[in-house]
Amino acid sequence: MPKPLIKDRQIIDDAWTLVRDAEAGAPAGPAILPLALWKTLRDSRAAADTGVWLAPADDPAELAGAAAELPVIAVDFPQFADGRGYSIGRLLRERYGFAGELRAIGDVLRDQLYPLEQVGFNAFSLREDRDPAKDIAGLHDFSLGYQQTFLRQQPLFRHAR
Amino acid sequence: MYRYDEVDFRLVNERVAQFRDQTRRYLAGELSEDEFRPLRLMNGLYVQRHAPMLRVAVPYGMLSSRQVRKLAHIARTYDRGYGHFTTRQNLQFNWPALETVPDILAELAEVEMHAIQTSGNCIRNTTTDQFAGVAADELVDPRPYCEIIRQWSTFHPEFTYLPRKFKIAVSGAEQDRAATLVHDIGLHAVRNAEGEVGFRVIVGGGLGRTPMIGSVIREFLPAKHILTYLDAILRVYNRFGRRDNKYKARIKILVKAMTADGFAAKVEEEWSHLKDGPATVPDGEFARMAEFFTAPAYETLNADDPAFTAKLAESPAFARWVARNTLKHKVAGYRAVTLSLKATGVPPGDATAEQLDAVADWADAYSFGELRVSHEQNLILADVRETDLFALWEQARAAGFATPNIGLLSDIVCCPGGDFCSLANAKSIPIAAAIQQRFDNLDYQHDIGELELNMSGCMNACGHHHIGHIGILGVDKQGSEWYQVSLGGSQGEHASLGKVIGPSFAQDAMPDVIEKIIDVYLAQRHADERFIDTFRRIGVEPFKEKVYAQAAH
Ligand code: SF4
Repeated sequence: MPKPLIKDRQIIDDAWTLVRDAEAGAPAGPAILPLALWKTLRDSRAAADTGVWLAPADDPAELAGAAAELPVIAVDFPQFADGRGYSIGRLLRERYGFAGELRAIGDVLRDQLYPLEQVGFNAFSLREDRDPAKDIAGLHDFSLGYQQTFLRQQPLFRHAR
Repeated sequence: MYRYDEVDFRLVNERVAQFRDQTRRYLAGELSEDEFRPLRLMNGLYVQRHAPMLRVAVPYGMLSSRQVRKLAHIARTYDRGYGHFTTRQNLQFNWPALETVPDILAELAEVEMHAIQTSGNCIRNTTTDQFAGVAADELVDPRPYCEIIRQWSTFHPEFTYLPRKFKIAVSGAEQDRAATLVHDIGLHAVRNAEGEVGFRVIVGGGLGRTPMIGSVIREFLPAKHILTYLDAILRVYNRFGRRDNKYKARIKILVKAMTADGFAAKVEEEWSHLKDGPATVPDGEFARMAEFFTAPAYETLNADDPAFTAKLAESPAFARWVARNTLKHKVAGYRAVTLSLKATGVPPGDATAEQLDAVADWADAYSFGELRVSHEQNLILADVRETDLFALWEQARAAGFATPNIGLLSDIVCCPGGDFCSLANAKSIPIAAAIQQRFDNLDYQHDIGELELNMSGCMNACGHHHIGHIGILGVDKQGSEWYQVSLGGSQGEHASLGKVIGPSFAQDAMPDVIEKIIDVYLAQRHADERFIDTFRRIGVEPFKEKVYAQAAH
């Protein structure tokens, strides 16, 4: 059964298989691979079917050259309170110009959706036990904010107050 | 002071609604304890020994009389009739019920207050000089910068889940009354050769388990770059700070591991991508913020008004209070008054609802309706006419707020300790009370002179014991409460960390220990030499000898 995914503020069926274990090898069809596996397989697979995920300690600069061709980059949140992925999100979007699907995976919960979207995530694979139909409301916790982020290209003080 | 506009109101109200829903989901069992904890902490809500504790933000220590009345109302309605001012210029309620916290937040929002980021692993309330705007040695008023930083740090989405708490202090004056050297980031205003205002950037200071004096990573940062530079520092910290061990997660550990130069280079590299970007602060924004902090409508007065000087001559008690608890103002005929929350027998920093109401009335009557909270847990009326001082003194005395002990031994800085805090190793309030009682004679205290005594109930150092001239730390020795004493700490420009003098003491020995330390000082001091200066001159040995002499028999 396909898993649900929140993408672009809609709930859809997830077409991608997430490969957690680099040793396991890659299945046929669309798959999101660990960074190490992606590095070895990227030239032998169809680009459109090949995504990659980063662990919090991975360096997003490693994807700088591939940002234009990657259809999806996922960032893992082993615990929701591990905030490294937020900086990774902004770097991928703002520094490396990644325009594809940026997906949060792992311990992804309702109360983090709003800030995750602000820093550039547009897809959320919620933790298994969660109900996306309920939790999608978290995207609307705030209607505005002060800072410049990926979604708000200008900080509030650059608008008339 | 800063006033909310529609945007600020909308944000705090959305936060109240969000927290109300989070609390509901927690109580309904939809959020686990572990999931709720970081969310409630980010809203200043701890679960303590007896009840939750709610920490309300007092941005850079500024309060209006209206806000103080609201705090009094909350103390009465939701708590046990009092609040506790902290060493970080905030206010804590010790007894609210979890279910009522959303209502408290809604009440706070009405008066432009909140509990956002007063705890948790995020950017905390920015602190500054309690005499901002009135100090004679001020280069720039730090408050507009503090407000710009407050807004930047509020719900900054990238820095929602840092490795550990993160504290920023800003000083705009020559003398550093904001302790910029012992914060995660300290910004100390400086002017460059061209007369332009900027900041010296200090990173990696802090107290707690591994106390450290911060390192300067940039001598001059032009003011317009503060936010992009803060973004760069925080990003480096967020990505590379340790998360495997909470005791090694503060930025000071990262700075030490990378060396200050290595850390600075990494920040500069990150900043090169952000510099001059959209988060660069335009002149107009500084001007807009500065408008909120213009000087009040001071009257043109003469210093040393005859009625005032007559009262000084008439009443030695009044004269003593004026000398101790008021500070020269940059405007003639005005003074900044410190109301002491350190009366003997009252937990340092506590104020009752009645006292809060009274202070609000005095602020309206005598000080343009505003007051401030000091790092030493006292309250300040910053703009009082000298001619009003006598009337204010009489009322403050009746309310228990006029102990003339500011900067003296009994002006103890003290965390809530084991009576309230679940992290404590030992109680702190009863030790403070015992020491205050021992030195209750104010003449004696005045003779001892300037002395800072700081006490914390555990390594977390909320009472800033490392920077007390005398520091007391509660420790746990096989399940009983003991106290470690350090000497020689100090805050400010020449901040230093105290040194532990030796094995710790039992609770009832503490007044004697402090008395012996004071005896050594009194015997050894040169004329007009402060305790800290004597200590620096003679070192720790004479103190050690005296304090531990008896234990040898
Ligand atoms: S220093 Fe320790 S005991 Fe005191 S308030 Fe902080 S955490 Fe609690």
